[in-house]
Amino acid sequence: MGEGRSVGRTRRAAAGAAAGLLLAAAACAPVEEGAAGTDPARRALTVFAAASLTGTFEELGGRFEERHPGTRVRFNFAGSSQLADHIAAGAPADVFASADTRTMDRVEDEGGTAGDAVVFVRNTLRIAVPADNPAGIDSLADLADPGVKVALCAEEVPCGAAAARALEAAGVEVTPVSRERDVKAALTKTELGEVDAALVYRTDIRASGEVAGIAFPEAEQAANDYPIAVLKGADRPGLAREWVAFVRSEDGDEVFDGAGFTTV
Amino acid sequence: MTVRAGRDGGAGGDGGAGPDAGLDARLAVDRGAFRLDAGLRARPGEVVAVLGPNGSGKSTALRALAGLESLSAGRIVLDGCDITVVPAERRPVGMVFQDYLLFGHLSALDNVAFGPRCAGAKRAEARAQAAELLERMGLAEHASARPRALSGGQAQRVALARALAVRPRLLLLDEPLAALDVHARASVRSELRRRLAELDCATVLVTHDPLDAMVLADRITVLESGRVVQEGPPGEVAQHPRTGYVARLVGLNLYRGTARGARVAVGGAAQAEVFVSEQCAGEVFVAFPPRAVALYRERPDGTPRNLWRLRIDGVERFGDQVRVHLDGHFPLLADITPEALADMRLSGGMRVWAAVKATEVRCYPA
Amino acid sequence: MARVSPPSEPAAGRLRVRAGRSPWPLLVPALAGLAFLVLPFAGLLARAPWSTLGTRLLMPEVRGALWLSLTTATAATGVAVLLGVPLAWLLARTEFPGRRLVRALVTVPLVIPPVVGGVALLLALGRRGLVGRYLDAWFGLTLPFTPAAVVIAQVFVAMPFLVISVEGALRGADRRYEEAAATLGASRAVVFRRVTLPMVGPGVVAGAVLAWARALGEFGATITFAGNFPGRTQTMPLAVYLAMQQSPESAIVLSLVLLAVSLVILVALRDRWVGAL
Repeated sequence: MGEGRSVGRTRRAAAGAAAGLLLAAAACAPVEEGAAGTDPARRALTVFAAASLTGTFEELGGRFEERHPGTRVRFNFAGSSQLADHIAAGAPADVFASADTRTMDRVEDEGGTAGDAVVFVRNTLRIAVPADNPAGIDSLADLADPGVKVALCAEEVPCGAAAARALEAAGVEVTPVSRERDVKAALTKTELGEVDAALVYRTDIRASGEVAGIAFPEAEQAANDYPIAVLKGADRPGLAREWVAFVRSEDGDEVFDGAGFTTV
Repeated sequence: MTVRAGRDGGAGGDGGAGPDAGLDARLAVDRGAFRLDAGLRARPGEVVAVLGPNGSGKSTALRALAGLESLSAGRIVLDGCDITVVPAERRPVGMVFQDYLLFGHLSALDNVAFGPRCAGAKRAEARAQAAELLERMGLAEHASARPRALSGGQAQRVALARALAVRPRLLLLDEPLAALDVHARASVRSELRRRLAELDCATVLVTHDPLDAMVLADRITVLESGRVVQEGPPGEVAQHPRTGYVARLVGLNLYRGTARGARVAVGGAAQAEVFVSEQCAGEVFVAFPPRAVALYRERPDGTPRNLWRLRIDGVERFGDQVRVHLDGHFPLLADITPEALADMRLSGGMRVWAAVKATEVRCYPA
Repeated sequence: MARVSPPSEPAAGRLRVRAGRSPWPLLVPALAGLAFLVLPFAGLLARAPWSTLGTRLLMPEVRGALWLSLTTATAATGVAVLLGVPLAWLLARTEFPGRRLVRALVTVPLVIPPVVGGVALLLALGRRGLVGRYLDAWFGLTLPFTPAAVVIAQVFVAMPFLVISVEGALRGADRRYEEAAATLGASRAVVFRRVTLPMVGPGVVAGAVLAWARALGEFGATITFAGNFPGRTQTMPLAVYLAMQQSPESAIVLSLVLLAVSLVILVALRDRWVGAL
């Protein structure tokens, strides 16, 4: 008898797994908006966004849900490039917000977007130093000092590309001790005092609270543009367009300003 | 380590002839419900067999002598030195383990050279010693063999050579023949006897096989439940067993009783009597071999002095004889021929007459 | 014991007993398991940019990362063996209060995400870390962002594999051989070196191979503790990760290189060591 039960359980589990696969498959396929709209549980918007947008987008998501009762906004925050890979592999998403134009270009080239991407905010670099600024940094040129330990983002990721542009514009050559995989990793090394300085975004310094930020003029030449676009495979293209508009509204400006972004 | 000359190495060894020479030990080991408390002695050149059933404590005694087990009380004196608390690696003791425990990653030669190496000998020197020992054991051509390529008998000789290579003053052997199959056992046994006889160190071996003890030992110590129950030369132990265990081992019917003249009252409440041919008195053992017992379906005409009516408990094959287990006033073993069994049509539960001539019964003080 | 002489040459083939058929309740899941493990590699092979493979392989960054990976993983394995075998011995052969706790601690690096392990290493050995601040103050030694840090991160994640493997081998080994060695006059150290170690040799080799493989694939703790700088701390997994940000094709090439090199080494090792034991 015990055996029979365990077989039954296994079958149910298998059936569940199969149903899950079917659901996933269904989610990938475009569905008529009207049909989905009749079911409140399906009135969900899926937004893939760069990790640096986590705080601001969650705040905006709450406001959006208040204005659109019955709607839920679900986020997937990760590195822009990783999200682009997932979109290319068929992940179900309505909107994509990238931390750089290069990644968005890739998605557009692969035919992933519906309509043009628009830039909605800009993030500028700052020099992050530990609160006590042990190396006494106050300009970009100070980073070239061989005794100063600097962390930069790897050039393969957006913050690294931006840092390279800024340093080139300043004519400063820096040999970092490490090329970090993302801006958060560079920030952590600064917070722990393992490096004397790192080039990170203004928003990251604002969010950290443990590091001091130093502005430099060349930052303007290396600003990172954040584009947003509705995706071709969108389940709810109408709602997706509303979200993009909301992000670019006055509500959006207020939230982004508070976080240290420059709105455009 | 004190170096003791080998058999042909010259000087007969330090303390070899002194009054303290050899092993004098009292071993007490407490382990929960089990307690070993046994005295053991062995003179140089003497082979002492510790004989006992499983769980009698004989292996524990051997491990205690080797230093692999701590004593709760007692002491171990070897050639006048107290080694009770000396760790195993510093005792002048060699041990041959039951399944030899040859190191599988070393050749036979390096197994034997292991001890000398540990004693500080140079590699070449240790190997030369080992080669000589193997040669003496007739294993020269197997020196480079790995243990797994050796036969049981060869492995045993390597193990013996390995133990002797440390020039022990006490050699211990744990069930030296138990790992061998029946066919190999007889030849290895007689060969081992020859080799042990050549040694001039004290030797203690433990075994549960009376034949091993009888053949290999100069003296037997019988251990039961952690106690020494009998001690003596093999012949003495075989002739005059003092417990049922020993009697069964050597194949004797054994009873304890009170003697008055030629009569011995045995069997407790049943008050059976055994007649003996010699005069004895007081508390005694009486013993006779099963083959001295004759069985009859009808009361026999001649009147043997020992005649009992007993019930057949069981019948088993025993060599080319049949061993009949009887019970009634007392238990009794009788060996008869298969023909006799068939003629009398004996079977379990049947009541028969058992007769023994008084001249076949030995009587000795308890 | 009786040894069976091998059958004469010509008869051997004809007389060999045919093995019974494998039972399907074992065979089916076994093949499914194998397919599950191999399929992702097939995916990599299918996407590999074969035409540009040669030129990509010759890039100095690739060779630098590969060389760094092989040397640091090997060094980490060496350190893991030197420290891990005695630690395994301690766990398997001694009794001390808190032994269970110590064993649980040994397995912690297996459980925590490697990135967390990297942060923990920074907090302990970093420039301002618990111990690291004194290394810096007294010896002017800072570990993060050095090849040594790569090795440390790899040892941290890989040593538990070795310790567990060797501890299992020690527990499975017949201790009576050690007693036999003691009766032959071997001190505890000699027993360990000449009897115990050879007995648990296969366990040590298996553990070292596991540790090496784990060290070779190490990513999270390395990039967190040692950072990422080409030629200095950028190992293959880091190079793969960063290549993935820009061009998946490069990442696939790098992965295939790592895969091929480690397969060659592991297969060679197996024939040389594991097979011989």
